[in-house]
Amino acid sequence: MAAENKKRRRDMLLIGGVLLISGIALLLTLLFRAPGDQVVVEVDGAVFGTYDLHKDAEIQIETENGGYNVLVITDGFAAVTQASCPDKLCVHQHRISHSDESIICLPNKVVISIVTHNET
Amino acid sequence: MKQKTQTLALLGMCTAAAMILSYVESFIPSLSPGLKIGLPNVVIVFVLYRFGWLAAGAVSLIRVLLTALSFGSMLSLAYGAAGAILSLVIMALLRKTQLFSAVGVSVAGGVAHNTAQIIVAAAVMDTHQVLYYLPLLIIGGTAAGILVGIAGGILLARLPQKHAVK
Repeated sequence: MAAENKKRRRDMLLIGGVLLISGIALLLTLLFRAPGDQVVVEVDGAVFGTYDLHKDAEIQIETENGGYNVLVITDGFAAVTQASCPDKLCVHQHRISHSDESIICLPNKVVISIVTHNET
Repeated sequence: MKQKTQTLALLGMCTAAAMILSYVESFIPSLSPGLKIGLPNVVIVFVLYRFGWLAAGAVSLIRVLLTALSFGSMLSLAYGAAGAILSLVIMALLRKTQLFSAVGVSVAGGVAHNTAQIIVAAAVMDTHQVLYYLPLLIIGGTAAGILVGIAGGILLARLPQKHAVK
């Protein structure tokens, strides 16, 4: 029984440690993010296009295997509104506006990320 | 011989149960991409404790292969296999140390699973952007691991060692 209690305590330490470290990492990424100004679209690792985050636009992203994602930029936010992929995870994802935030469509290998150019 | 056949049949049933659980899990809405409870892992934890790492590895890999073939794609096979292999290795090693209960072991497994998938995603997509999801996915993996460990523990307690399959 004593051994069981010891195991339980070590479980708690493990869980606490993991949560603490990842919590700090999460906090740091949230604290040090800056508003972005450009949207970069990459398909399979190659840059597909770069767009101004502060100019409303609708961009059709086509991939080689016939897939597509529709990227909509409105009011300084980027979001995917339509996609050919079966899971639609990219469509359900929150709209993004801060640097290093991204929307990723795994099936189409599309990465949409925000970057900041004029650092102030 | 009879013992061996029984074990084999039981492991087959476990594989089927794990597959069904992956299917059932696809109906549970997710808060964020990649965040899942990992229901099949309940079966893997059970097999790991009852039959050892070799049996758990076999059940896990066959489960990933069959699930990808029936509901997924080659890409989901790569993600699934990477997550399954790393999480099993970590869980088998931690179980050997006898330091943690099934909860601690499956928490480490959940974290390892999500980390492996993020690394594969970063390699496949040739981008480091996905790495920003790692903290969130590790927290998710921890929560999932706690649930899976508790469920696995209940299963181990409820299904007696000498299951009278007659």
